Amino acid sequence: MTASRWLLKPLVFVACLGPAIYLLIGAFNLWGVSLGADPVHELLHTCGNWALKFLLITLCMTPLRDMTHAIVWQRLRRMFGLFAFFYVILHFAIYIVLDQSDQLGAVWQDIIKRPYITIGMLALLLLIPLAATSTAAMQRRLGRRWTMLHRLIYPIAILGVWHYWWGVKKDIREPLVFACVLSLLLGYRLFKRYRPRLHSRPLAVRERV
Amino acid sequence: MRKFAQYSPLCNPSDITPEHKFLSRRALIAGGMGFAAAQVLGFHRRALAQGAGGALMFTRNAKYTVAEAPNSFKDISTYNNYYEFGTGKSDPSENAQQFHTRPWSVTVEGESEIKGTFTLEDILKPHPLEERIYRMRCVEAWSMIVPWVGFPLSDLLKRFKPTSKAKFVQFTTLLDPKQMPGERGSVLNWPYSEGLRIDEAMHPLTLMTVGLYGKVLPNQNGAPLRLIVPWKYGFKGIKAINRIKFIERMPETTWAESAPSEYGFYANVNPAVDHPRWSQATERHIGGSLFDQRRPTLPFNGYDKEVASLYTGMNLQKFF
Repeated sequence: MTASRWLLKPLVFVACLGPAIYLLIGAFNLWGVSLGADPVHELLHTCGNWALKFLLITLCMTPLRDMTHAIVWQRLRRMFGLFAFFYVILHFAIYIVLDQSDQLGAVWQDIIKRPYITIGMLALLLLIPLAATSTAAMQRRLGRRWTMLHRLIYPIAILGVWHYWWGVKKDIREPLVFACVLSLLLGYRLFKRYRPRLHSRPLAVRERV
Repeated sequence: MRKFAQYSPLCNPSDITPEHKFLSRRALIAGGMGFAAAQVLGFHRRALAQGAGGALMFTRNAKYTVAEAPNSFKDISTYNNYYEFGTGKSDPSENAQQFHTRPWSVTVEGESEIKGTFTLEDILKPHPLEERIYRMRCVEAWSMIVPWVGFPLSDLLKRFKPTSKAKFVQFTTLLDPKQMPGERGSVLNWPYSEGLRIDEAMHPLTLMTVGLYGKVLPNQNGAPLRLIVPWKYGFKGIKAINRIKFIERMPETTWAESAPSEYGFYANVNPAVDHPRWSQATERHIGGSLFDQRRPTLPFNGYDKEVASLYTGMNLQKFF
């Protein structure tokens, strides 16, 4: 507990900030770091990419806990989830401020006219209540409802990967990798819930899904 | 491979005359610069034989310029869409360095009197080079300004004497998966091919391009021979051309074939026709500051005065 609080968590926190710090350095061309000829595109896509990665990392925590029986994964889950939210917000802010130059009319047109932006927007909106109820106090207060609410992470992750898939011009290899990893992670949960009962233990002692 | 030297219609004595004219024209230019004409020609050929980075002799065509400064050589040569060398923007500059652009040949076929396979040197020999500064608008809604070096495509096509059946021209990129790693995958249908209506191909703005910033084209920009059609989206500018075919019917083109609802044969820059997944009304100009505003995209990329008449009476919403 202490080691995790005073050592592991701060280390992981700093590591999770890494991509953002790198982008910040690159955006100002410090120490020879460059984001290439189209830095706005690079900022936009790198943040979106990390948002998805953090969503998938968050979804890895439960399977890792089940496999290793270590509690440490559970402790990191909230931080990863909040970093997913952090990178989604950065992605969205860069889209509005740098990519669309604050032309809110154009942004609104994008949201209503372009399905891949619509679903990306929806994923972002759904993430807000999750981030807002991420504290231990909220978790206690909401009890079972908290668990229900936070199952939204599944549709959010699906919408996020779908948004990426639809947005790429032609080369779908990377969104395909995301989709495969997500399918595994969701498949694991389905399997846990509906696994064949042949060898299962009596219902009373089955762990909760 | 057949060379021009063995190919009578292009190499009979009367055809040498244009080269004399060419020589004397070069001599005038060169005279002003203190070179002898022979040296200039030799220089020109040597540079082209060298491959990427060799200096070219050219004149600046002041008729084709843009008020704003061109993008940096670095931006133009590291931010490329050239899927034969990878789908990332920096992949071509990283993966095309070992690409062999010499020796090179171009096959001409279809509805023309003169056909055959010609060496790059034979293709280029009679054409004085000029520099033109053009706007470049990518279908992905970004833009640049680029100082190309080349010669009018029409001058080249006329040498092959297209027949009355030649309504379209089709261009094909080299198919060589050993050298072009992207061609080992199936992200597009290889080899890349593009096409123009014959009047578009013969339009004076259409440039057969061999250089950038006064030097032989970097491999990642389409060496040794690429097309530039400045009023159309960048993907019409096919790179590493090794086949030119005159045909009667509109050819399939790679991007239009891969996603017909998103990319058309004409691909004229048109702010009024959105790509289904993004707006074409504005563009991000490469090379500015992070907080630069998007710019309005111009009809025909700003070349409407020159080319709009090619499309009179056509529904450009339908023929996008």
